[in-house]
Amino acid sequence: MDTKGILIAGVGGQGILLASDILCRVMMAADLDVKKSEVHGMAQRGGCVTSHVRYGQKVYSPIARKNDVDILVSFEKMDTLRYLDFLKPEGTIIINTEELYPPAVNLGDAVYPEDIIESVRQLFGIVKVVDATGLAVRAGNIRAVNTVLLGTLSSCLPLPLELWETVLRNAFSPKLLEANLKAFQLGRAV
Amino acid sequence: MKELLSGNEAIARGAYECGVRFAAGYPGTPSTEIMEAFATYKGVYAEWAPNEKVAMEVGIGAALAGARAMVVMKHVGVNVAADPLFTVSYTGISGALVVVSADDPSLHSSQNEQDNRNYAKFMKIPMLEPSDSQEAKEFIKLAFEISERFDTPVFLRSTTRVSHSKSVVTLEAPKTMEDRTAIRFDAEKYVMVPMNARKRRVEVEKRMRLLEAFAESFPENRMEINDPEVGIITAGMPYHYAKDVFPNYSYMKLGMVHPLPVGLIREFASRVRKLYALEELDPFIEEQVRALGIEVTGKAIFPYTSEFDPGIVERAIIGHDKILRTLPERQLPLRPPNLCPGCPHRGLFYVLGRLKVFISGDIGCYTLAFMKPLEGLHSCICMGASIGMAHGMSKALGEKGRGKVVGVIGDSTFLHSGITPLLNMAYNHSDALIVICDNLTTAMTGMQEHPATGFTLQGEKTMGVDLAKLVRALGIKSVRLVDPYDLKKTRTVLKEELAKPGPSVVISRRACVLFKREKLSPGKPLRIDPEKCTGCMLCLGLGCPPIAWKKLVDPSGDQKKEGKKQQGIAVIDLNICSGCGLCQQLCKSGAIVEQM
Repeated sequence: MDTKGILIAGVGGQGILLASDILCRVMMAADLDVKKSEVHGMAQRGGCVTSHVRYGQKVYSPIARKNDVDILVSFEKMDTLRYLDFLKPEGTIIINTEELYPPAVNLGDAVYPEDIIESVRQLFGIVKVVDATGLAVRAGNIRAVNTVLLGTLSSCLPLPLELWETVLRNAFSPKLLEANLKAFQLGRAV
Repeated sequence: MKELLSGNEAIARGAYECGVRFAAGYPGTPSTEIMEAFATYKGVYAEWAPNEKVAMEVGIGAALAGARAMVVMKHVGVNVAADPLFTVSYTGISGALVVVSADDPSLHSSQNEQDNRNYAKFMKIPMLEPSDSQEAKEFIKLAFEISERFDTPVFLRSTTRVSHSKSVVTLEAPKTMEDRTAIRFDAEKYVMVPMNARKRRVEVEKRMRLLEAFAESFPENRMEINDPEVGIITAGMPYHYAKDVFPNYSYMKLGMVHPLPVGLIREFASRVRKLYALEELDPFIEEQVRALGIEVTGKAIFPYTSEFDPGIVERAIIGHDKILRTLPERQLPLRPPNLCPGCPHRGLFYVLGRLKVFISGDIGCYTLAFMKPLEGLHSCICMGASIGMAHGMSKALGEKGRGKVVGVIGDSTFLHSGITPLLNMAYNHSDALIVICDNLTTAMTGMQEHPATGFTLQGEKTMGVDLAKLVRALGIKSVRLVDPYDLKKTRTVLKEELAKPGPSVVISRRACVLFKREKLSPGKPLRIDPEKCTGCMLCLGLGCPPIAWKKLVDPSGDQKKEGKKQQGIAVIDLNICSGCGLCQQLCKSGAIVEQM
């Protein structure tokens, strides 16, 4: 199996690093080699956060080059557009509909684009649009946006559901587990 | 057992597995998690020192007593620790001493991207460089073995990409080491006066020759001969980037980057037709290979600046990316990092930025205050520089600078290297004002303890130095305390202190809004009453993430301000508002109120 790549992207504070940790543990449970990479530090203060996950029989680079990512999971609508060139032409995109305005938009100096989903659909065949915040609220925890999106991602990967559930059970405290399992199922059903 | 570990966690694990029970460091991205992870292992001693030089000296002392000591810092920390390091290279150690230097190509969270491999050569200290987490765990063990065998400090160099990537690591049971610590006297070896140091200087060169020979047989300097057409000499993460795009080329993968295995390199060069030196930042390997009279291509095609990725390596070697198609380019609004909602620095820098004074800054979250709209910081060089620079500027300006020069420094940074320059200010009759932004923790790197927090790295309760008393003891007579959530009082105190002749210190104290131990929930989220908002935009001057500007589609004729039609209103995102109330203090029309 060739090395495959998933890119999870969004804004600091959205739970991206936990999501990619869980994804890596699922890959490990499936007996695959896996590496992930992200940059901590300044990026957490409201800046862009990306996490590359690469898996296969033997993985070298933890980050992918352009045109080499199989699935882009975008936690923020506009930020999807920043990473499109990482995707393979036949790649899959999962887009959360949440909009987080950067300072220039807040100050009225720039405009938040309105045609994001349409323009992405024109370029890529498989685009899954998820109201992850809405589904997280339905699952009982607004912070479970990342688990919703992992659920949607799981439906794009040929891995048994039990692996995901086992890893999720170990990732969350009993208090948070129920809402997160629900969030995962709602995301998977999208 | 297999575990997913970051490079930093793997370094800590490797140290623990090979019997290291002593470590010291100072937090700094991308190195911080090494000490945090190491500190959690059973039976270890780990401490945050006030700065890297102290950490280094603590490590040297432990190693002289016979311990295996690890000292951890970011790349620029080695500048601070350089003084003892240059000379401990002469003395050697009795136990073992490994210095972890975490470099930051691309300056993800640093003020420069210096290549610390140069220090290894400059200090005549061997350096190992792992490329992933498994190697990070193994190489720290090898580093300790080399340190013991050759009586030398050893560098382990990581980079941000190695430190912060996670990969699968096979864990082993920790070794228990016999206690080899004892008081040993050997003044000739450890008292570096000229007559002794001259002798040790000769020993250093002998050691370097032994290490050069050792490098030839070091198993982590390995040759992978595949396609003889292209050979790549590389180390660290770039090895993986190259293997990813060119799995069939031949490789000379260096686990030890100083000293280089000259014989192996000659052999490798003779077995391939085209030779590349692939390395981020400086042409460290390339220049040494070329000095051997070997033809090699390096910085002629690979960039000098920033970290690489597989695409950069591919483009440099074959001349282009594997571009399958080009997407239309779009200009998107950027997402620069910002101070958090409720950050105590925001109030202070809002006030400072409007005083029309020069603000000499320092390293910490507050450095972000240089950006619009706060614009409350005008220089930042290195840890502790704010105070000396403010003093120097004030002296150079003389009368013109009176009441016009401020230095700002965080609590942890002040304790790191702000004490001596403040003493200098008192000693040399300075006229500048210093503001200590005391948020009760080392916030930027993720809430690490320091000598004023009252806790140690391992969670023990301890003394916490009283900053005001410390500042007074240094000779500063005028010391004031303000709460940066109170804009009016903060402005008044700063203006009064600027007007006074002589040096003064204002301590702006409030806990970091993310610091859970202080549990300061400032208040309920606020909202803007659209009926009262006049669209004056004063609150937007705070640059607070939840406050946004909404243009009115049809500006109504009856809402007027200074004769102009109102263009829009401010809104607050209640999901991220911390309720600090700064905007409420600015709003002249009373439009900012608590959520209903």
